Amino acid sequence: MFARVVWLVLRKDLMVEVRSLEIAYTTLFFAVSCVLVFAFALVRDGRAPEDGAAGILWISIAFSGTLALGRAFERERQSETLRALLLAPVARPAIYVGKLLGIVALLAVGEIVLVPLVALLFQAPLLDRPVWLAAVLLSGTLGFSAVGTLFAAMLVRARTRDVLLPVLLYPITVPVIIAGVRATAALLEPELDAEIVRFWLALLVCFDVVFVTLALWTFEPVMTD
Amino acid sequence: MTPQISLPIDFDELTVEDVSRHFGRRRAVARVTFRAARGTIVGLLGPNGAGKSTLLSMLATLLRPSSGRIRYGPHESTARGISLRGSIGVLGHDLFLYPELTAMENLEFVAGLYALQEPAVAAAAALDRAGLAHRATDPVSSFSRGMRQRVALERALIHGPRLLLLDEPFTGLDDASAVGLVTRLRALRDNGTIIVVATHDLDLAEGLLDRAIFLRDGRMAAAADRPDGLRSMYRDVMTGSHNTLDQTRAEG
Repeated sequence: MFARVVWLVLRKDLMVEVRSLEIAYTTLFFAVSCVLVFAFALVRDGRAPEDGAAGILWISIAFSGTLALGRAFERERQSETLRALLLAPVARPAIYVGKLLGIVALLAVGEIVLVPLVALLFQAPLLDRPVWLAAVLLSGTLGFSAVGTLFAAMLVRARTRDVLLPVLLYPITVPVIIAGVRATAALLEPELDAEIVRFWLALLVCFDVVFVTLALWTFEPVMTD
Repeated sequence: MTPQISLPIDFDELTVEDVSRHFGRRRAVARVTFRAARGTIVGLLGPNGAGKSTLLSMLATLLRPSSGRIRYGPHESTARGISLRGSIGVLGHDLFLYPELTAMENLEFVAGLYALQEPAVAAAAALDRAGLAHRATDPVSSFSRGMRQRVALERALIHGPRLLLLDEPFTGLDDASAVGLVTRLRALRDNGTIIVVATHDLDLAEGLLDRAIFLRDGRMAAAADRPDGLRSMYRDVMTGSHNTLDQTRAEG
């Protein structure tokens, strides 16, 4: 039952996005612009700063992710469809998980575009270790989105939600972003130190477990009133 | 087709006992009491800000009362959350529809959430009842307000709820659609559905309501059974020259 509701909410979100492409276009445009601005600012005489690629990749993901979170819930607010979801006879955490996976899927699509772009502009060997990179990006994106989905749902009726979302989100997700940056930077070293990558990846997985558990625990009470 | 809802509960009566709701220091609803049995249409009447929508949200289990109790037969909302929600249908002022999805997709999604056995069949039947089977594959964004309202009503009814809550259901409907909605509500009442409707449209509510509850500043200003002359009664209640509250409470 839980998995069925997760699938229904996820499929609905993806269908809505495929029809409108609203979040995909806005987040991609924003993320690509962000990378381009950094590339023009930091790349001198064809030489990119060391380790810069990792930080710029994660900054782009975090900023565009915030935009995607806001839009995903603005869409649910416009026709009060979030209320309708909460009225359904289903476990509310399943609604949260469905929304979370939708956000993660959208950000993953963005990352598929961003990674080669950052690799190209910053001459970074991001694609040399694709499995490690996919694991780092997935765990980091999940941790960031887990907190973001909860806050975006909580703030959906707040008039100042666009201001409040980043104010609340970034202080809590900074450890995730730092771990993501360090893990990605470790992957860019000429000689891979698997121990270091494993350490940062394990930390990201820990953040994921903590954030998703807390969000599942608090989603029902914070959405009831 | 019989809808199959996961763990629904049935009840014969809705009881609202001394219910209040505050948002911080602001009082939205204060000490409202009424009962509605199976096959009853209760109207919540009052100006903007009278507390109608807040009361509906509490009846829908979306808000908890600050004090007082709401009982659905023997069940309290806090005790049977998920099962209870399966027995309640809500048509909000905003229509709870995704404009990017087609009418069929919207209804199929809801049928899935309510765990109906064959969501596609249930959605097709609902569209048929709305008279929109020929527009099944059109996105809801291309519908007129009246057509969307009809889809939204079927959305609220797709699982065969025992309690139907309607917030301004006549908004944006042309005369024919409004009359159609009144006819539909009467049929639902005859089938035993408890209906609570918040409306400003006194002309359409006239003759439809089994009980009218007049709200003013969150308080229950008056109540009347099978009210006649709603408009003059409404005017009198809102200007304070009419009060049937004590009589109705005594009938309780």
